[in-house]
Amino acid sequence: MAKGSVSIIVERCKGCAFCVEFCPTKVLALSSAFNAKGYHPPHVVAPEKCSGCDLCGMYCPDFAIYGYKIGKKESEAAA
Amino acid sequence: MIPVEEVATNPVEPFLRMERIPHIWCPGCGIGTSVNSFTRALIESEADLNKIAIVSGIGCTGRVAGYMKLDSFHTTHGRAIPFATGLKLARPDLTVVVYSGDGDLFAIGGNHFIHAARRNIDLKVICVNNLIYAMTGGQAAPTTPVTAVSTTSPYGCYEPPFNLPYLAAAAGATYVARWTTFHVRQLARAMKEILRRKGFSFIEVISPCPTLYQRRNKMGDGLDAMKFYKEHSKVKNGAPTAEVGLDIAGDIIVGKFIEIERPSYADVMRHQLHARLGDRYACEEGAVCQ
Ligand SMILES: Cc1ncc(C[n+]2csc(CCOP(=O)(O)OP(=O)(O)O)c2C)c(N)n1
Ligand code: SF4
Ligand code: SF4
Ligand code: SF4
Repeated sequence: MAKGSVSIIVERCKGCAFCVEFCPTKVLALSSAFNAKGYHPPHVVAPEKCSGCDLCGMYCPDFAIYGYKIGKKESEAAA
Repeated sequence: MIPVEEVATNPVEPFLRMERIPHIWCPGCGIGTSVNSFTRALIESEADLNKIAIVSGIGCTGRVAGYMKLDSFHTTHGRAIPFATGLKLARPDLTVVVYSGDGDLFAIGGNHFIHAARRNIDLKVICVNNLIYAMTGGQAAPTTPVTAVSTTSPYGCYEPPFNLPYLAAAAGATYVARWTTFHVRQLARAMKEILRRKGFSFIEVISPCPTLYQRRNKMGDGLDAMKFYKEHSKVKNGAPTAEVGLDIAGDIIVGKFIEIERPSYADVMRHQLHARLGDRYACEEGAVCQ
């Protein structure tokens, strides 16, 4: 099972691809679909490879994506 | 149980005025990326957010103060440092961050920068250097590399640019570092360091401006700039600042160049006034005076 997960706020994305390029395990790709502003947001192509490192979140200039560790979030949700 | 998606939020959001998001910055602009590093530094430094003020001048980078959910002030062009100086002297308990562009801090605001560094005012200055006056349409700045095309250098810039770390060090800054927006973790660490230390501290952040710098110079988009930083940055901590000037397509020396201690302006002022005036000088509450 993947150690992490990634959340994408599609409508905030401006399609720069920083997240796609710098995800260390290549979890993401730009989708062929458009958001309302006409940009191609990323989508998850390899969910099992996500470590939840949040490098995508650190790179995204539009605050449109972030990663998180699964165990951590689930325990927070349960708490 | 609450679904996981509703619990998780982007760690940057609690630090932003979310009603102003989406922001105005272009696709592939690096300013937002630098803000991510800054918010990670705020989280990790465990700073009291009620004791942090952020001051910006005018420009694309100047918008940062308006987007951050901190006590913030968006000053007139070039005047972030004088405003921040007054704020720091009147409220020594605050951590005062100046977040602004290269044009704002080193053209119209250049004199303020060198004198705040000389006096060792306890300010944390973060300069997003996109090598151009972006907000006003891409005029040459004192940082624009030789041969770069801009609206005011249509045949290529021929003025030698400032080497910002060298300038900061010569003027007396006690901490000088440079990173690019590719170095998100190193940048966050440097920002955390300056939030925690005393003395005039300076970080230069080399950042893409695809719209007004790169387009005229056929340098591609924001991602092309980020890949360039990845390939052409050389980490050299402690490098002599005289040797870290930038060329239009040359390597970018990054790292922490200077970290020294010297008495701050406020310390020296109190000491001198006490020496001359004795008990007649009453320093502010909470200040350490001898
Ligand atoms: C007194 C004054 N002079 C000129 C301007 C026009 N002006 C606004 S922003 C700017 C330069 C911005 O460049 P920089 O500080 O590098 O910020 P960037 O937009 O590149 O982030 C200038 C010249 C102004 N607003 N006020
Ligand atoms: S980094 Fe952000 S804005 Fe850029 S493509 Fe990824 S989600 Fe979109
Ligand atoms: S959290 Fe890390 S591994 Fe997961 S998508 Fe983001 S960058 Fe890739
Ligand atoms: S003009 Fe340049 S600096 Fe300004 S928002 Fe656009 S890319 Fe960023």
